[in-house]
Amino acid sequence: MAVTTSTPPDTQEPAAPPEPRRQKRSAANVWLGVIAWVVGIAFFFPVFWMVLTSFKQETDAYTTTPKIIFEPTLEQYEGVFAAGVGPYVVNSVIATVFSTLFVLVLGIPAAFAVSLRPVKKTQDVLFFFISTKMLPVVAVIVPIYVVVNQIGMLDNIWTLVVLYTGMNLPIAVWMMRSFFLEVPGELLEQASIDGAPLWRTLREIVLPIISPGIFATALICVIFAWNEFFFAVNLTAANAGTMPVFLVGFITSEGLYWAQLSAAATLAALPVVIAGWVAQNKLVQGLSFGAVK
Amino acid sequence: MRGAARRRGRGRTPAVLGAVLASLALLAGCSGAGALGAAEGVETVTVAIVSNPQMEDAISLAPQFEAENPGIRLRFVSLSENEARAKITASVATGGGEFDIVMISNYETPQWAQNGWLTNLEPYMAATPGYDRNDFIPTVRDSLSYQGAMYSVPFYGESSFLMYRKDLFEQAGIQMPAQPTWPQIAQIAAQLDQGQGQRRGICLRGKPGWGEVMAPLDTVINTFGGRWYDPQWRAQLTSPEVKQAVQFYVDLVREHGEPGASQAGFSECATQFGQGEVAMWYDATSAAGTVEDPEESTVAGRIGYAPAPVVATPSSGWLYTWSLGIPQTSPRKDAAWRFMSWMTSKEYIQRAGRDPSIGWTSVPPGSRQSTYQIPEYQQVAGQYAPLILDGLQRANPQQPTVQPVPYQGVQFVRIPEFQDLGTRTSQQVSAAIAGQISVDEALEQSQNYAETVGESYQR
Repeated sequence: MAVTTSTPPDTQEPAAPPEPRRQKRSAANVWLGVIAWVVGIAFFFPVFWMVLTSFKQETDAYTTTPKIIFEPTLEQYEGVFAAGVGPYVVNSVIATVFSTLFVLVLGIPAAFAVSLRPVKKTQDVLFFFISTKMLPVVAVIVPIYVVVNQIGMLDNIWTLVVLYTGMNLPIAVWMMRSFFLEVPGELLEQASIDGAPLWRTLREIVLPIISPGIFATALICVIFAWNEFFFAVNLTAANAGTMPVFLVGFITSEGLYWAQLSAAATLAALPVVIAGWVAQNKLVQGLSFGAVK
Repeated sequence: MRGAARRRGRGRTPAVLGAVLASLALLAGCSGAGALGAAEGVETVTVAIVSNPQMEDAISLAPQFEAENPGIRLRFVSLSENEARAKITASVATGGGEFDIVMISNYETPQWAQNGWLTNLEPYMAATPGYDRNDFIPTVRDSLSYQGAMYSVPFYGESSFLMYRKDLFEQAGIQMPAQPTWPQIAQIAAQLDQGQGQRRGICLRGKPGWGEVMAPLDTVINTFGGRWYDPQWRAQLTSPEVKQAVQFYVDLVREHGEPGASQAGFSECATQFGQGEVAMWYDATSAAGTVEDPEESTVAGRIGYAPAPVVATPSSGWLYTWSLGIPQTSPRKDAAWRFMSWMTSKEYIQRAGRDPSIGWTSVPPGSRQSTYQIPEYQQVAGQYAPLILDGLQRANPQQPTVQPVPYQGVQFVRIPEFQDLGTRTSQQVSAAIAGQISVDEALEQSQNYAETVGESYQR
């Protein structure tokens, strides 16, 4: 009943002859819709193909005419579990969770300082932060390797935690700064008039407002840390290997591997996909934070 | 009430979070989850290997070794060839010490032995009764030696040969010569080529990489009489012989080769040949295990084998071996040798052959001469096993081509710069196969690279 009343009956709005402008707009909408779908499918297709391939036999996985119809099998997943995925997952979780936590602990006060409480030469500070991202990782891997080797931290998961924290911190500060800037200045003034200490202002007024933004930042950090390969493959071996390192173990130069690699990659992608799914609403809220003013 | 409950609930969340984090940190131990489970008094041996099928078989048999040697626990780091090579080289060269056993090849072993990075294995072999060092195929053994001493021991060895579909040859009334030449193979490829979108004549690698397209192409260059350098280290990549060889290879794969050739490597060709989409395939002898496996190939049992095709040299097959060495830095050399000698022993071949999940078709070939005397192996691999042994015995890394060369190696030049030089050259060749540049352009550019490297050896 309630449903019927809430929807306006069609008869109330007589179908007026469509105006030309509206027609144009709807045609544009259709085109935009089509383009959005095409782009969406183009982005999704490789993922779809990966999942599909993971259920194939090796002989079906790489054929000149790609096979869409085949007899599905779980053999590849069994193979991945038999290869001992456990320690790699744990290492990835440790590296991801701790680096993200450290990024937030260090990044939130930093972003606060360079946005709402501008320190001297804010612009320079911001530039220093981001400048560390301008050097390609491959250019610094040799010194990093030598230093890590010298201090005896090769193949240690905490090395990755430190590196991932450093890797994500600049992006996090920049992202969170833009969210902090959205906080209305009057709120802060009010707080300072009330005599609230800085820490309380941050915790009780600012953070609740920008929590979707922090969430989005954390998720980006999680994704980057979870997928990071270059540091991991160069600095770890048997103790601290992470999921991406586990994945390349399936690539072989003398045999077939596409199906099993797809299965391993699907498993590796799953936690991030789930995290993204769970956080979907917050993420959209966070990423569009401040888009409309 | 409700407020209190909520407050209590809220208080609990950080506590739970803290507990989870703490247990994660504990789980991480001091270095990572892979370090867990080591008991006291047990030596942990870390093995870096290349993730090829035979190595995966060895990993699956490793628990048997651990059961027989309770004092030793094994951990494997299995990486794809390129990653493994980069990782192992970095670790061994800098004394990183992550690994007690490394899987390397006849490209690295003599160079690294000379640098003092590897342990001389002769004393260990002498102290291991029944290991029988002289059972290794002589050319393989020599390729892993420096100043007469072995610095790594072969797990398996391979040469290159030509695989072809016996049934298609029969239908077309073609006879494979006992020692085919490349022009003959080109002619047969044209005959059996059904055109685009259908079965093609031959599969040849075209993917960039010194271990990809350069491996088969180098054997073609050698047998056409080409070489990388003359004895004075002057680059020879624009010589008529090299030009002719590369033009031949590129033309053959472009005209009668597999689709997407510039991206095809071993795995891609294995699939295409195994699916009956090409009539011939020239590649590593280790391919036999894959294409004769009914689970991975629809043409198993219908394959014939011929020696690597030649032009101006009596033989042209390559020589490659994946072997195990102990870095000088390892503090666990005795335990490492215990496992290495187990994995490269005669008994291992028997163990793998009898294992129902591995079987005689997949035992590591090309390491020991005695493998070729095993009746069960002869029975399943009789078609191609003698060719592998013959290819390895005839390979000549000292004199790979017609004219003398200042380097060693068949499908590579055994100098440290070759990884880079070979890869750059392969990118040019791959571009020529894709039709983006001409063979002449590819070789001009490669010649520049080769000259730069050669200059550092000229005195």
